[in-house]
Amino acid sequence: MSKRDRMSGNEAIATAIRQIDPDVIAAFPITPSTEIPQYISGFKANGLISTEFIAVESEHSAMSACIGAAAAGVRAMTATSSAGMALMYELLYIAASDRLPIVLAAVNRALTGPININADHSDSMGARDSGWIQIYSENAQEAYDNMLMAHRIGEHADVMLPVMICQDGFITSHAIENILLEEDETARAFVGVYDPPHHILDPAEPAAVGPYSVSPYVMEMKRAQFEGMARAGGVILEVAADFEKTFGRRYGFFEEYRMEDAESAILIMSSAAGTAKDAVDRLRGKGVRAGLVKLRVFRPFPAAELAAALSGVKALAIMDRSDGFSGNGGPLGAEVRAALYGRADGIRTINLVYGLGGRDTRVEDFENIYAELEEMKDGPTDASPYCRHIGQRENTNKGTD
Amino acid sequence: MAYHAYSLKEAANKPERLAAGHRMCAGCGATVAVRAVLRALREEDKAVITAATSCLEVSTMTYPYTSWEDSYIHTAFENAAATTSGAAAAYAAKKKKGALSETYKFITFGGDGGTYDIGFQSLSGAMERGTDMVYVCYDNEAYMNTGIQRSSSTPLYADTTTSQIGTESDGKPQYKKDLTAIMAAHRIPYVAQTTFIGNFKDLHHKAETAIYTEGPAFLNVMAPCPRGWRYDEADLMDICKAAVETCVWPLFEVVDGEWILNYEPKNKLPVTEYLKLQGRFKHLFAPGNERLLERIQDDIDARWETLKSRAGVI
Repeated sequence: MSKRDRMSGNEAIATAIRQIDPDVIAAFPITPSTEIPQYISGFKANGLISTEFIAVESEHSAMSACIGAAAAGVRAMTATSSAGMALMYELLYIAASDRLPIVLAAVNRALTGPININADHSDSMGARDSGWIQIYSENAQEAYDNMLMAHRIGEHADVMLPVMICQDGFITSHAIENILLEEDETARAFVGVYDPPHHILDPAEPAAVGPYSVSPYVMEMKRAQFEGMARAGGVILEVAADFEKTFGRRYGFFEEYRMEDAESAILIMSSAAGTAKDAVDRLRGKGVRAGLVKLRVFRPFPAAELAAALSGVKALAIMDRSDGFSGNGGPLGAEVRAALYGRADGIRTINLVYGLGGRDTRVEDFENIYAELEEMKDGPTDASPYCRHIGQRENTNKGTD
Repeated sequence: MAYHAYSLKEAANKPERLAAGHRMCAGCGATVAVRAVLRALREEDKAVITAATSCLEVSTMTYPYTSWEDSYIHTAFENAAATTSGAAAAYAAKKKKGALSETYKFITFGGDGGTYDIGFQSLSGAMERGTDMVYVCYDNEAYMNTGIQRSSSTPLYADTTTSQIGTESDGKPQYKKDLTAIMAAHRIPYVAQTTFIGNFKDLHHKAETAIYTEGPAFLNVMAPCPRGWRYDEADLMDICKAAVETCVWPLFEVVDGEWILNYEPKNKLPVTEYLKLQGRFKHLFAPGNERLLERIQDDIDARWETLKSRAGVI
């Protein structure tokens, strides 16, 4: 039986971790994910978990210790944000390359420059090419649910890749929301046990992890990694189907909100999707055929499925909560446009960078974006796709506010 | 703790845990250090070896081969100790659950680059947390894997590729960092400094103590590099002996905070007896550079007096 409760995204993640009771957690505090290791320490102090908790001296060591533990055949987890994730980048690649299904609770926060503690996606987007599965959560409920699914996805024999479960810093991590929690026993049974066939603590078969690999071998390893990521999509859907059967809540690669006959659509990730859905409801009340797609799974990128879901729209705004500074749009903008190319040509797209460093994006802001899409939707389809930043105090570009 | 009486013959007849066929240079101290440390493992005990990125790492586990008879992990350059922390925590978790009956020992190897410099934070953290592991630094006093660049372990006036000698330079202008003392300041149960002397009894005893002491232990092993130090491969043992007899590299232990000097030369030799064996110091013997040799001697003398005073040797 699910149980109603109210808690923050950080507490929801910590609750899932308590239920999973992983063998090893290594973590270092950084705002806004700090509460997660604090909860772990409290659970440990009160005998609620059997986890070996390593309070490391840096995030670099946190991920290093997770790799050491996962290579030893146990479940290893960590939590981080922003600069902490950036300090892990080197090891994120190694975790993925070593095919170690570590699970990371990411609480998205702006990367420093200038220093800022609030939400945007520059931290995990910087890690988008590291080989980790990335799943984004709109609210505490999704963060909790995604965390219960994470191990089964990463540890699947066809996948064997690390997974990060992302939620927006403060907006989700600290706001108290209603949530449905599962019983400890059913949650634990859903997650199951992890018993990998090869690891460095097998007395019958010593193992060697992290070799020096010369050119004649590296490409085979990278190809195997690519295939693991390619298979992850199917596993994510399988696990989601079992999750729905077990707990009743439904998840896919993305959520389609009022998309049945939508002509104008916004594609967005994480907490701001909730705000944008309010704008959709208001506009639908006025007869505007507005819809929204909230991307949940960014890695692996569900290109074909997204293109199919968006194929009916005339105009699309792709919302990036980080700018990759390519000069040609944010990471989501680039990937979504690439996904549409050849699959759903002719959709008029704009790529908007919003909400950096926790900048609020209001329902009215999304209404303005839909108004712009309505203007675009019957215009030329051959206009060059473009990108701009919105919501600044002084916006010398074509503004939406 | 009771030890078996040491016999080099007996130790050398144990099955090798670092197999032949690796790609390290002839006359390299690193593999000598590794084999000597691993000989101190009881045959029935299993081990997880961690290596920092280094010559040792790239030359002993080149896919699809491994020279390590035990389980082995390498992740990166600056995090060997943290990597071991995770593996040791996994071991503790398995032991607690009764999932593993065998005894594993956790031994980590890093060069001076991975230990004194880029991996120093990770090492300090693992030691402070009380990780049940042995960290062995094979100290060859420069970044040899990338081509003999200076490290904080490189001694004063050594010629390296990033502390080159020239008309405006006498070599590295800074002193060597005293890492063994820094590790002792962590107040861990066991810290020792050693090198290759005689029948390897000193190294064997220290490795055995480090491995079978509960909690963190640190061994600093002077492990010369023929390419970086520029000596004839066959001279490895002579160089180590000279380092000890000149007090450039004293043999000592710090056991639960107590400093113990293991060897005091009857006739402390001048540092030139050590320096003259190595090409990296050749420039110091050019006419007019006497003051440089004096400065090195003064530094070594001061360090030796400090060590004797810590060990209560008058």
